[in-house]
Amino acid sequence: MAAKLPKRGGVFIQMEDELASMAAIIGASWTGARAMTATSGPGFSLMMENIGYAAMTETPCVIVNVQRGGPSTGQPTMAAQGDMMQCRFGSHGDYAVIALCPASVQEMYDLTAKAFNLADRYRVPVFLMADEVIGHMRERIIVPDAVPYTGRPAFVPGTQPFKAGDNLVPGFPEFGHGYGTHVSGLTHDERGYPFTTNPGLHAALVQRLVDKIELATKELADFDVVNPEAEQVFIAYGAPVRTVQQVIHDHPDKNIGFLRIRTVWPFPSHALALFKKARRFIVPEMNLGQIVREVERHAKVPVTSVPKIGGELHTPAELFSVWERGA
Amino acid sequence: MSFEDWLRQDRLPHIFCAGCGNGTIINCTLAAVDTMGWTKENTVFVSGIGCSSRAPGYVVTDSLHTTHGRALAFATGVKMANPKLHVVVFTGDGDLAAIGGNHFIHACRRNIDLTVVCMNNQIYGMTGGQGSPTTPRGCLSTTTPYGCTEPAFDLSELAIAAGANYVSRWTSYHVKELEKAIKTGLETPGFSFIEALTQCPTNFGRRNKFRQVADQVDYIKAHSLLKAKRDRLLEQGEPIPADMYVVGELMRRNRPAMGLPPKEAQP
Repeated sequence: MAAKLPKRGGVFIQMEDELASMAAIIGASWTGARAMTATSGPGFSLMMENIGYAAMTETPCVIVNVQRGGPSTGQPTMAAQGDMMQCRFGSHGDYAVIALCPASVQEMYDLTAKAFNLADRYRVPVFLMADEVIGHMRERIIVPDAVPYTGRPAFVPGTQPFKAGDNLVPGFPEFGHGYGTHVSGLTHDERGYPFTTNPGLHAALVQRLVDKIELATKELADFDVVNPEAEQVFIAYGAPVRTVQQVIHDHPDKNIGFLRIRTVWPFPSHALALFKKARRFIVPEMNLGQIVREVERHAKVPVTSVPKIGGELHTPAELFSVWERGA
Repeated sequence: MSFEDWLRQDRLPHIFCAGCGNGTIINCTLAAVDTMGWTKENTVFVSGIGCSSRAPGYVVTDSLHTTHGRALAFATGVKMANPKLHVVVFTGDGDLAAIGGNHFIHACRRNIDLTVVCMNNQIYGMTGGQGSPTTPRGCLSTTTPYGCTEPAFDLSELAIAAGANYVSRWTSYHVKELEKAIKTGLETPGFSFIEALTQCPTNFGRRNKFRQVADQVDYIKAHSLLKAKRDRLLEQGEPIPADMYVVGELMRRNRPAMGLPPKEAQP
């Protein structure tokens, strides 16, 4: 980005730390700019404070996290998926976000463009939760001439800047037009003015911040269903998708089900029911079992977690042996 | 416009305590902004957390009330994304020099085109009077009940050392000088830092034997040493009293700056 953005009329700035990077993209976003930052490991923890601010102030922004082994400095160049819960719940208080997980270099590209559109459309931080495997992968990709563009919801001058309509997302009162928008991380009323002591107002605001994402789960869902008649179904996102694809490729004679998820948050729980004959869900993750908890919360059949940490992918043999043991 | 036209009337009354000096500093700032001919369309106020940082909420322009200490990082994003906007930051000593210290030195180093007005009341006023990095040695606060033992930061010297183009220090007593300094800061390309020493009767004065608001303002006035006089004393080899605050224009220079409007960015 440092090399390419300035040549395309953009701005790149290397801030002093990740707290500042997150702050700067929020500031930039309020001028109408599309803004993103990227990190890995502890930098993601440092961003949490202002991610909460972005959620509370409904600031469109994109955060790329190429996940590595943690906790702490952990394994700086080894793959992991240990931040999947942190990206959803890492800042304090209740809120909701959108998280996308690419499983190829092409998807790094496509989902980045999609992340910006979703951030604008829902006025929310959107996470591109990659991992070291995908981050360092080299593959041929197709760069289209243009990508779809969704603008921010229009603000009607003279209306209350934080008053949402039926879709729960207010218009974006961009800085620099004389709207006099006041943006605050404090609990605010529909004018944007701090009003912290009214329990009903806080409850309604935070409920709307969560509902605008959670109630749009089906609209936001992005997943592929492979072999919907299968009795045993893998569920994967990010790098483990590749291993599951290999297992299916290696065993064309077996009926191996696969729910391959791109939008992990909000979690597309309705997708589980598409596997009508499922007797077991198998969830390989490069952590000690994070998204498997979401599967367990919604599945009506047994769920098997296949955790793996240390930095290496599951091998196809490892996953196939779990499948072979049967439901 | 008068400075009153810059205030959101529907947000008043404000939250500041009786006797607080913040109102004086806000008035000086708005008066300076007004004389610049800036408008609601091209001016943005940014702040962090604390009493000082509530100020943008009372100003009619677009305003960004952010997280504790991070105002300068947010302001950097605003300014870099749209250099045509005039960006003014209100901050306080705790916000700027403690949690925001790193952002402060780097904003000075970048010499980014912002004007920062720091209301230095030498205490965390909003949260109950904890000691801040500028609480003078010996002073009482809720976290220094036996007297502050840590040396204090000199914020203006810090800004100069870190690279700010313009640095002035005045007080809530020196209103005309303060307004003029802020205006010079607004006019100066690059990072302008105006430190305004001010009284906090509720959480500083009350614990430090200033029985009346005026007692603390008198103290600030009596302990202000004009830069010109300080320089004279230095020249004459006279000692500078340790408890004096040097006031005046402390730095004006023209280092390379960032975030300048397109016209000024031309070489």
